[in-house]
Amino acid sequence: MDWNSLLVNTAQALFSPVTVAFAMAALGLAVHFGFVGLLNFGIAGFMAVGAYGYAISSLTFGFPWWAAFLASMVASALFALLMGIPTLQLRGDYLAIVTIAAAEIIRLLLLSTTWIKTTGSADGLVAYADDFRSVNPFPPGAYGFGPWSYTANQFWVLTLSLVMLAVCLLFVWRLVKSPWGRVVKGIREDEDAVRALGKNVFAYKMQALVVGGVIAGLGGALYVMPTSANPMLFATSLTFFVWTALLLGGAATVFGPLLGAVIFWVLQAFLGSLLPALADLGVLGALSSAQAGSLRFVLVGILLIVLVVIRPQGLVGDKRELTFVK
Amino acid sequence: MKKFDVEDDVRELPAAPSFSRVAGGTVEFVERSRPGTLSRLAKALLISLLAVIGVFAGAPAFADSVGEDYENQISGNVKNEGTPLEGVRIIVEGNGYTAEVTTDAEGKWSIGVPEAGPYDISLVEDTLPEGVAVIEGGATQSMEWGYSNRVVWNFFIGEGERNPTSQFDQFLMRIFAGLNFGLLLGLAAIGLSLVFGTTALPNFAHGEMVTAGALFTLFLSALGIPLLLAFPLAVALSAGLGWALDRGIWFPLRKRGVGIVQMMIVSIGLSLTLRYVTQAFLGGGTEQLPGALGSAEINLFRTVSLSVNDIFSMGISLLVLVGFAFWLLRSKMGKATRAVSDNAGLAAASGIDVDRVIRVVWILAGGLAGLAGILWAYFRPGLKWDMGEKILLFIFAAGVLGGLGTAFGALVGAMIVGLLIETSAQFIPSDLKYVGALVVMIVVLLFRPQGILGRRERIG
Repeated sequence: MDWNSLLVNTAQALFSPVTVAFAMAALGLAVHFGFVGLLNFGIAGFMAVGAYGYAISSLTFGFPWWAAFLASMVASALFALLMGIPTLQLRGDYLAIVTIAAAEIIRLLLLSTTWIKTTGSADGLVAYADDFRSVNPFPPGAYGFGPWSYTANQFWVLTLSLVMLAVCLLFVWRLVKSPWGRVVKGIREDEDAVRALGKNVFAYKMQALVVGGVIAGLGGALYVMPTSANPMLFATSLTFFVWTALLLGGAATVFGPLLGAVIFWVLQAFLGSLLPALADLGVLGALSSAQAGSLRFVLVGILLIVLVVIRPQGLVGDKRELTFVK
Repeated sequence: MKKFDVEDDVRELPAAPSFSRVAGGTVEFVERSRPGTLSRLAKALLISLLAVIGVFAGAPAFADSVGEDYENQISGNVKNEGTPLEGVRIIVEGNGYTAEVTTDAEGKWSIGVPEAGPYDISLVEDTLPEGVAVIEGGATQSMEWGYSNRVVWNFFIGEGERNPTSQFDQFLMRIFAGLNFGLLLGLAAIGLSLVFGTTALPNFAHGEMVTAGALFTLFLSALGIPLLLAFPLAVALSAGLGWALDRGIWFPLRKRGVGIVQMMIVSIGLSLTLRYVTQAFLGGGTEQLPGALGSAEINLFRTVSLSVNDIFSMGISLLVLVGFAFWLLRSKMGKATRAVSDNAGLAAASGIDVDRVIRVVWILAGGLAGLAGILWAYFRPGLKWDMGEKILLFIFAAGVLGGLGTAFGALVGAMIVGLLIETSAQFIPSDLKYVGALVVMIVVLLFRPQGILGRRERIG
């Protein structure tokens, strides 16, 4: 077995743009679910809107990179508003069904050939990051050390992703400590009690949906920044992978989503290298290496079940913070 | 990249092509569009135009194989009743790559592609001889890779007219297809709705129970068991799966007092687990149940015809649904089920064994979902590891539309969803037909959140 490439793959997942983008999406979901108790099963939809908001405004409308990021945020905010109006009055399980359907609607619309010139249909979009790359302050060359080696472009994407993640973490951290944060946590624990205090619960939920949605949308834009945007990236499974990362770290915490995303991707990279290698060695019985590759997603499913039953508060969460009372 | 400048202008796409390798022959960019006579014509025109450009560029116009250097090869053999057809044009497109070949004297073609991702394979029907058409699956079909990097893709060619039906007849045929899909969706939705009614759990793993029915059938028929025996056995096995899931997971969780939101997430984890276990053992490709392809068509009236499979499918669905309705309305257990669904606490207080009712509901839900899966594998046609995930949202849409927790509501909702999906394709692009059903579900929740047959208090 090639231990070296296995370790390199695993180490790379620690600081990859995908991991950072995933952490952003999980942070947005933490605002929705962890702090306000909204069962948003459509996080992949928010990410898709953010990603295509960037790509389309940049390709079709020729926005510069910073304006494309703004457009991506505005698109996610609008999507949150649109989704919130029919759903926020509903009970949790209905909210879950509607959000999962809304995300699928977005994916099907992007997949449709009706607007192929704008969306690229199943082929997706590429080359929207050209303007972003043109402002790359790092001269061409190799960056990093050891297993972490990047081209100038990768390094630029990673740097900006980390900066954005830091800003968002700081923002959410301040937000949940503010009076606003205390009200939404109250909504999570007992909506009627907060309503009895004269608070407009619907407005608070909507604000949270927009804030979390914008963060997740930015995560989506960063998710596709290194490569290309494709509707297949934003399948329902993506939502559940983000959920797994969130619940792993701790849904009602600020740093849990980051921790969860890092562990999730490091584990994915590790198992993605280890399982096929084991299958090649014949340790896994008759399984081929491709079959062994599917096994890591089986493990994600099992992890999700075990987590939510045994440790619903996640690795760093406080048991009293998240009781799943709904 | 300079070589592609001309094509890029023709294509008018903002994105640059994402590949740079072309081997052995011309590679054309064609606009991806939904199948239809007009767009096919436009496509053919565009291809001819590009072919002319290709000739001017000094490359050979068409070959029977392109991209031999790629590791991943798609090949096929175009024959009509054993006679090879020469000069039939085949286009493969997807993953930012498009290639095209014409069949050789033996009807053979082969195309190498850069990635082992899904591609759309089109057979340009205008290049077929007069009176011959693709009779199964349409002229454009999407393919998936198995574990091998070689795929053989054959079109079912036979005598047939191309697009001979009038708008009205097409609409009638869509109504039949909608009824068929609605009935099998109803089978699946009833189980979901009953489970929701009795345990308050929206079961996100219900789609995998649908896949299971088709999988069991495939497995049993591979063992050499005759189909007529394999169907009831597969349904029984699916019912057994429902029982096992309740016994192994849901019953212990209920006893532990685990909350509904947690159970819902458990069902998602279960769905991921079952789906990827299926992928590990079945692979990523599409399998066919015996007799799924080439079922004889029976002409009903005018140009409206139904395949034997469709007629059987609808008959079986109707029989099972009527039987189920009798059970629910007349039998003691059916009455107990409705009582638990209305108010579990009250039912328990009046001496109903709630746990037993829930167990029966899971067994029924498993069996009905399994049957729906078998019928769906014939309707699509095909069996794939993620087919359950594909249908899950429409099962939910049916349930929500009719009112989650009501068995007959689920049936009404399923018929509406089935008809809506199939008939809307007459008016909107067919790749958007599934969007309509989901939008309707959200709109219904806006104005009548309890669904058509549900009661207001359920939404809380």
